[in-house]
Amino acid sequence: MANTLVHNFFDPKFVTLEIIPNYFKMSGASALIKSSLAKKYWMALTGLFLCFFLIVHLAGNLTLLAGDSARAGFNAYTKFMTSFVPIKVASYITYLGILFHAVDGLLLTLKNRKARPVKYAYEKPQVNSIWSSRNMGVLGTAIFVFIVLHMGNFWFRYKFTTLPTDVDGNFDMYGVVVESFKMEWYVGLYVLCMAALAFHLYHGFWSAFQTLGVNHPKYTPAIKKLGFGFSILIPLGFAIIPIAVYVMNL
Amino acid sequence: MKLTLKVWRQNGPKEKGKIATYQVDDISEDMSFLEMMDVLNNELIEKGEDPVAFDHDCREGICGACSMFINGEAHGPGRGITTCQLHMRSFNDGDTIYIEPWRAAAFPIIKDLVVNRSAFDRIIQSGGFISVNTSGNTLDANAIPIPKSDADAAFDAATCIGCGACVATCKNSSAMLFTSAKISQLSLLPQGKPEAKERVVNMVKQMDLEGFGNCTNTGACAVECPKGISLENVARMNREFLLASTTKS
Ligand code: HEM
Ligand code: SF4
Ligand code: FES
Repeated sequence: MANTLVHNFFDPKFVTLEIIPNYFKMSGASALIKSSLAKKYWMALTGLFLCFFLIVHLAGNLTLLAGDSARAGFNAYTKFMTSFVPIKVASYITYLGILFHAVDGLLLTLKNRKARPVKYAYEKPQVNSIWSSRNMGVLGTAIFVFIVLHMGNFWFRYKFTTLPTDVDGNFDMYGVVVESFKMEWYVGLYVLCMAALAFHLYHGFWSAFQTLGVNHPKYTPAIKKLGFGFSILIPLGFAIIPIAVYVMNL
Repeated sequence: MKLTLKVWRQNGPKEKGKIATYQVDDISEDMSFLEMMDVLNNELIEKGEDPVAFDHDCREGICGACSMFINGEAHGPGRGITTCQLHMRSFNDGDTIYIEPWRAAAFPIIKDLVVNRSAFDRIIQSGGFISVNTSGNTLDANAIPIPKSDADAAFDAATCIGCGACVATCKNSSAMLFTSAKISQLSLLPQGKPEAKERVVNMVKQMDLEGFGNCTNTGACAVECPKGISLENVARMNREFLLASTTKS
């Protein structure tokens, strides 16, 4: 009997003095690499970087809305984006950013599952949180699958196959896009994935600021409104393109 | 009122548990939820069965002992209350009520609805204090000027009763709301400043060691918190940790 008591008392978990030396052990640098919060900072930073990327990407794509008159311009733009060195560097940073964001997100999601090994029999999460915020992993995975398909269809074909050329001798990327968006299933998939992006951003945009420590009664309502607008306008912009191209080519 | 109760029964930390079903009649709507549990336990004892183990102490909403995940919510329906402050008038005659323990790897079950929340104590031990010189001429706290807004924010954070509803509610079993409240109540005040960097780094480290999940900013914790602890505390912890871990040697 007495033994178990003594034993418990010396269990480091129960003795304050055993914990206090930690106080001087963890250096700042190791905290920034190993901690749970560090994983979250990277999530937020890569997420916001990808938000910026979406704006640039959308701006270029919107020229497609001009229809056939945009063919030469769009093809020249594609050539520029894939050959101008600073843009090439930026695009490789973007690929890395997406991979980092996806892997980090996966690690966080797995750790979170482990933190609750036994689930509740009765759950009512809808009363205290929004759906998007609870499904970032699923939404992110949908976006990831989309990115892989999208890269396979456009980027891979542009880089590794021979395409017909236009009047200026540039690869006719415009033609490839139009051909793809003549297929209903492809347009449907596109629009669906943009919906996933919208929900991802609806929670993610605000969440990234919170993660980085920006939450203040003065600014947070504005950040949330901005995030709401962003999460609707950007995916809507992307989704309109396949629909418009499809309709123009009926 | 007549109620059907679905209660998690588990004999010990390592035993397998299951949901047991009980009927209780004669429940008054003026009873608190814990009094309803007392009625159930009296009946079980009379029948020679093992009563349901649950935590409780003050029964006036200030100690944080009472837990219970009731019908999918920490401390049941209602906002800003603990289970002892939940009354049976929040339910209807004939209702089925699910009663489960807090679920988190970091809160192992001791018995039935009682979980071990000492992970919270260890987080506090790792940095939730200020070092005061007690040589005989300790500065009177009231002699230190503090802006009212800081004092109010620190007090709000200090109202956390360590109940664990935030962890129980969070889909990730994250303890960020609790930890950030315990960090904020000190770091907002002049007395807490000298140790602020070490505190945030060590308390976050201990939080990670205990096996709590990561925050995904769902905000469920702040909604279910009986003391209305705000997510602003979590953001404060995030930025203090970022600063501390980049500038601390
Ligand atoms: C262009 C595409 C994407 C953008 C703009 C984006 C943006 C964001 C933003 C801003 C956040 C919030 C970060 C935070 O809470 O601090 C976030 C979170 C998240 N993202 Fe993405 N994301 C994208 C793609 C992806 C992909 C491809 C995946 C995974 C396969 C993914 C998985 C996640 C997960 C799991 C979270 C939640 C992380 C957490 O809070 O712990 N995202 N995303
Ligand atoms: S933050 Fe709120 S829910 Fe969490 S332990 Fe403190 S009082 Fe309980
Ligand atoms: S018993 Fe103390 S808060 Fe409920």
